[in-house]
Amino acid sequence: GAMGGSASLLPRDALGEYQELTFLSKQEILLAYKRFSELLPKEERENACSARVPKSHILTLPELRANPFQHRICHVFSTSEAGDNSMSFEDFLDMLSVFSDSATFDIKSHYAFRIFDFDDDGTLDRKDLEQLVNCLTGQGEESRLSRGEMEQLIQNILEESDIDKDGTINLSEFQHVVSRSPDFASSFKIVL
Amino acid sequence: GGPRERRAAPHGPAASQPRALEQDGGELAVRPAREYPLSIAEKRRLRDSQQADIKYLSKWKKWKKASSKSLKKVLSEAKGLSSYLVLWRHDIHSIEGRFGTGIQSYFSFLRFLVLLNFIIFILMFSFVTLPTIISDYGIFNSTIANTSPKNIEYNCTIYEPSGNKGLVYFYTYLQDLLSGTGFLEVTRLFYGYYAVDAVWISVMRYNLPLAYLLATFAYLALSFLWIIKRSVEGFKQNLVHDVDPFQSYCNKVFAGWDFCITDPNAARLKHRSLQYELQMDLEEERLKQKIAHRTIKEELRIYSLRIFINIIVLAILSGCFYSIYMVTVFSQEKSNDISNTNFQANLLVQYLPSVVITLANFIGPQIFSFLIKFEDYLPAFEIILTLMRCVFLRLANIGVLLFSLWSQISDCAADKCEPCGYNYKLYPCWESDVGQEMYKLMIFDFIIILAMTLFVDFPRKLLVTHCSCKPVQWFGLPEFSISDNVLEIIYGQTICWIGTFFSPLLPAIATVKYFIIFYIKKISLIHTRKPADKPIRASSSKFFFLAVLLIGLLLAFIPVGVSVASIPSSKACGPFRNFNTSWEVVPDTIRTFPKGLQQVLFGMASEAFAVPFFMVICLVMFYFMALAGAQKRVVEQLEEQLTLESRDKMFLIRKITEAKRH
Repeated sequence: GAMGGSASLLPRDALGEYQELTFLSKQEILLAYKRFSELLPKEERENACSARVPKSHILTLPELRANPFQHRICHVFSTSEAGDNSMSFEDFLDMLSVFSDSATFDIKSHYAFRIFDFDDDGTLDRKDLEQLVNCLTGQGEESRLSRGEMEQLIQNILEESDIDKDGTINLSEFQHVVSRSPDFASSFKIVL
Repeated sequence: GGPRERRAAPHGPAASQPRALEQDGGELAVRPAREYPLSIAEKRRLRDSQQADIKYLSKWKKWKKASSKSLKKVLSEAKGLSSYLVLWRHDIHSIEGRFGTGIQSYFSFLRFLVLLNFIIFILMFSFVTLPTIISDYGIFNSTIANTSPKNIEYNCTIYEPSGNKGLVYFYTYLQDLLSGTGFLEVTRLFYGYYAVDAVWISVMRYNLPLAYLLATFAYLALSFLWIIKRSVEGFKQNLVHDVDPFQSYCNKVFAGWDFCITDPNAARLKHRSLQYELQMDLEEERLKQKIAHRTIKEELRIYSLRIFINIIVLAILSGCFYSIYMVTVFSQEKSNDISNTNFQANLLVQYLPSVVITLANFIGPQIFSFLIKFEDYLPAFEIILTLMRCVFLRLANIGVLLFSLWSQISDCAADKCEPCGYNYKLYPCWESDVGQEMYKLMIFDFIIILAMTLFVDFPRKLLVTHCSCKPVQWFGLPEFSISDNVLEIIYGQTICWIGTFFSPLLPAIATVKYFIIFYIKKISLIHTRKPADKPIRASSSKFFFLAVLLIGLLLAFIPVGVSVASIPSSKACGPFRNFNTSWEVVPDTIRTFPKGLQQVLFGMASEAFAVPFFMVICLVMFYFMALAGAQKRVVEQLEEQLTLESRDKMFLIRKITEAKRH
């Protein structure tokens, strides 16, 4: 591509490949590239495709900074072997693809499950649900539900979604209950 | 760096072994790589292996795959380009980021109405107004054909609208602009202008009355289908289950957070409202337990209180309806007295019905939300019941206005309407009169919305920010109540639907009105209002808006239907002068068809066809209901089976651990 100022552009074949492998359109990928390279220090912007951005920088994005699930999102989408939850450009694209308008329901619900699974054990048990509700109601002591309310709430959630009554919600049960949820498609969405 | 593995989804069933799953069935059921929940590097490898497999397919299948791939590419390019054409994309996106999806859904709904009104305007304009414009300027050698009226009493055809009388006071123009009388009455805006029987375009005869009627049916049908299509889109799953999907805890917890929120303040508000909502729901459940344990005496007391309050509500509604009726009759009588030259008094008399309706729409909901506290319902039901009462009040007000107009028009006591079938002395062109009433309602609605924002919201905001005395701070900033705003625009849209038959260019006014209202509401939201602390989830849903809009549309069918089929059309103006009623133009046209087709069409309208058709429809409906019931039973059985399986699994696991120990 042509050189334009300080930002280099994404090579054309990479653009086509990303269009094929994600749910993003060409404009969305280019915008993502621009925002991603802004997170990098100036020297690294030439190789934005292969650079990794540390988690602290990712969390400065307006789309993530107000999100209570920001740490889980970075954790789930990061492919960093060092375990520091840093994200490469491809991880960033993956994230935007899952949260885009055109992503299928299967993909969204699969990743929603992974994000809500705080202990990464493949099921949503009571502890996961408790952490989930605390994320929703906000940090701080006065915004948490009382012990009794939490128990009642988790009991209700399990009643609605735990079909095989084993006390945990596995992926299929989660996808089943979320498919009936009318707000899921419109709330599980991030657009740059 | 090279391709990296995402840490594998633990126990992810089929997801991490896509190839193994596909080879299970004999056929290769290949999904495109991007539909698998893997990292991009893994998807790349998967796609390469899929392409390697393709080499073994036949030539035909290869070609099919290649062409479907390029088709998808073209479609996605087109979609990308068309996303630039979407109206207000950036505005709505920023509102979503600052205020969440609840308020965003209101603005999306407003955008939908702008589009709908614009399409209706194009429809009416191209089929009704454009031919008259073409013939006025003689383009394509077109002329107007006016057949002489047959068998019509001369008295019925006298119609002298004031029009341009020459030298008049300036304020007459202003009054005419605001109330649709005078010079505006004889323009293309109203039904009365289209006193044309046919338009000859070159050698083609364009039947304008038929086009007028069919365009009316077309826009009603178009609105109906479009609304149904939009409401089905988001709502496919929920008809089999009992639990109200909006009230389910899973919906509130798993889909509770709006991931699009970018503003930390909005995020804090959202946390608070989620906490409040969850606590309220849990509280409500405890209340339900309490209610189940009420004594008989308490139940009697509560039910009698509810009946009493419902009687009060009915009394209030009847009071509103009666006052609207009286005011409309008064306004119609006074405005037929053209001798009054006092500008302000004239305008006030013209706008009196609109003022009364707006007052009723404003005071009614306040009273309802006050009364419902005494009825001791569950909080969620309270909200729904208040909403239903407000919807009924708003829509019924329009109905009463129209009813009082019709009682005036069809007032046949003392032989007032002898030769023509309607009160021809007072209403020589009654459709234009009804059109004027709808026009006035629409203008007044718009003026009120403007005035409320300019003269109530902004001063209040100034007061709250600069004056720190206690009562002012307690009043605080007004909240952006989604349901109130939605009811407001649905009320305006119902008026537009009813009025378009009587005033073909009304949708254009509605489009401009909603366009301006978008910006007014956006500015008001950002600067003077705060989002509601306690939003009502069900009422801010797309489905609620569309359901109430549908009720408004069905209500609009009634006046238009009655006007078209039951009340005799004006003989002095309009396209239906030579017919008994507006509907007559259809049977008339059918009579010019070939004999066979005539018989078929008339047969379809007869009872011999309608009754068996109705019975077949009932049978089909019963079949689907039985099917739904059977499927529900299957779902229950499968759920029981799953529970048993999991118990078996636990049992086996215990046996294994026991066996390991020995």
